[in-house]
Amino acid sequence: MSNKQEPAQDKSFLSQRVKDLSPSGIRRFFDIISTMDDVVSLGVGEPDFITPWRIREAAIYSLEKGYTMYTSNFGLLELRQAISAYLKESYDLNYDPADQVIVTVGVSQALDLAMRAILDLGDEVIIPEPTYVSYMPCVSLSGGVPVTVPTHMENSFRVQPADIEARITPRTKAILMGYPNNPTGAVMPRREMEQIADIARRHDLMVVSDEIYDRLVYGVEHVCFASLPEMADRTIHVGGFSKSYAMTGWRIGYACSNSEIIEAMMKVHQYTMMCAPIQGQMAAIEALRSGDSSVEEMREEYNRRRHLMVRGFNRLGLSCLEPQGAFYTFPSIKGLDMSSDEFAERLLLEERVALVPGSAFGPSGEGHVRCCYAVSTEEIEEALERIGRFVGSVKGGH
Amino acid sequence: MKDILTILEKNAKATPEEVSEMTGHTPEAVQEAIAQAERDRTIVKYKTIINWEHLGEQEVLAMVELRVTPQRDVGFDGIAKRIARFPEVRSLHLMSGSYDLSVLLAGQTMQEVASFVAIKLAVLEEVQGTTTHFLLKRFKEDGVILDGEDGAKRLPLSP
Repeated sequence: MSNKQEPAQDKSFLSQRVKDLSPSGIRRFFDIISTMDDVVSLGVGEPDFITPWRIREAAIYSLEKGYTMYTSNFGLLELRQAISAYLKESYDLNYDPADQVIVTVGVSQALDLAMRAILDLGDEVIIPEPTYVSYMPCVSLSGGVPVTVPTHMENSFRVQPADIEARITPRTKAILMGYPNNPTGAVMPRREMEQIADIARRHDLMVVSDEIYDRLVYGVEHVCFASLPEMADRTIHVGGFSKSYAMTGWRIGYACSNSEIIEAMMKVHQYTMMCAPIQGQMAAIEALRSGDSSVEEMREEYNRRRHLMVRGFNRLGLSCLEPQGAFYTFPSIKGLDMSSDEFAERLLLEERVALVPGSAFGPSGEGHVRCCYAVSTEEIEEALERIGRFVGSVKGGH
Repeated sequence: MKDILTILEKNAKATPEEVSEMTGHTPEAVQEAIAQAERDRTIVKYKTIINWEHLGEQEVLAMVELRVTPQRDVGFDGIAKRIARFPEVRSLHLMSGSYDLSVLLAGQTMQEVASFVAIKLAVLEEVQGTTTHFLLKRFKEDGVILDGEDGAKRLPLSP
């Protein structure tokens, strides 16, 4: 007999807010994969590189020197100074390291803090869709209401400023932008970003801009939202180290904004998290100090794999845009007469290739699948061969 | 051209078709660029990094520091070219600092290497002195860690 306590049948202690959260669209694929061998996975959302050694070594050295204590709630001043200097050099932004920068446990926590700091019950946040899986829950958990704006392949998955404006109500508090985009790889051009900035100004809205992929763009400019005219004060700029420096497991991100917002985010942070882990912060300092060449090397490698994957999908008849940023392709499976969920499940069971169905990123992701090219060229080639076989068998069966 | 060579530098076995897929050049253009690089010796050679210890093969390597007298008109080039021709010499570099030429020697046994130093190098007229260091273990070769990196695995799926 189990000693485990079962909840009484007629009572659940769960909050309605948590019960209302949608389950993750990838959870069940985990269970299938765990029973299989020889799976080629394009379903990852992180680099396949190990954190560059100089960065790892700096963290090891900090442990040896005895850096094992709390840091300031804002994060180590040296790191905040380095972040501020990076944003100055890259985007000509002027954030005061003293009170306009906060170091967080990854971008995930930065977004959570941002939402908790600005949202009252019922406030609406406009989110382009397909959307990164955490954005909507993050808004809901803070009592806000996510309002999605579908984007489409015809517009290269760029959110159209007019579509944003059409969804503004008296309750709209903020726009949550995530470009370069996960899952579509879309990058927003300057002109459209300026139009969105204009909308934010006219309707007096905050913009939370998740720019974790800012350094992974291919042949195009990354437009930093906060750097647009008059936007620094009404933007919460969110960034981190996970993707550019291959540091996902370190969990270090940051947020920058005006001092009122950062002070408010720090208030929530100090009561719920205290500070980001010190080893990760020490590693992040080294990343900003010496990581540029590693970032560029990895970016060039992603770029080669990006070409390989995009050409591969188009050759298989799965129409695929050339993504301009991040490390995902988002090919269309619309010609195959099945849902993205069914495609993902059958491909996994029949050909042992894992990817993420587009529906996991919202209804407008349906008809697409997300494939990560932060995997080796050998794996990409193997995956394309298996997908080709699968597509052939599906078409042959109809 | 540079994008093609970067790929080949990491993987000499990449086919023109694969390089074409990754760079956007046509396979013919890739083939022509490679041929051109081979002609002008931008691509010097294709080789394979082998960890012979896996086959139980013993190879003795020694780093020899040579102090030499440069010669009129040719400086160090004359003596360097002469030494470079010996097949036992794996690599050869002119150095700044307390010695001049750094010679990496390979041989079957320690005696073989030592006698090569004594009979062929130390006796050269320009050579003033030698210091021989035998290599004990190879950890990294041509940018590659021989025993590989950590085996940590990513989650198969993540958002």
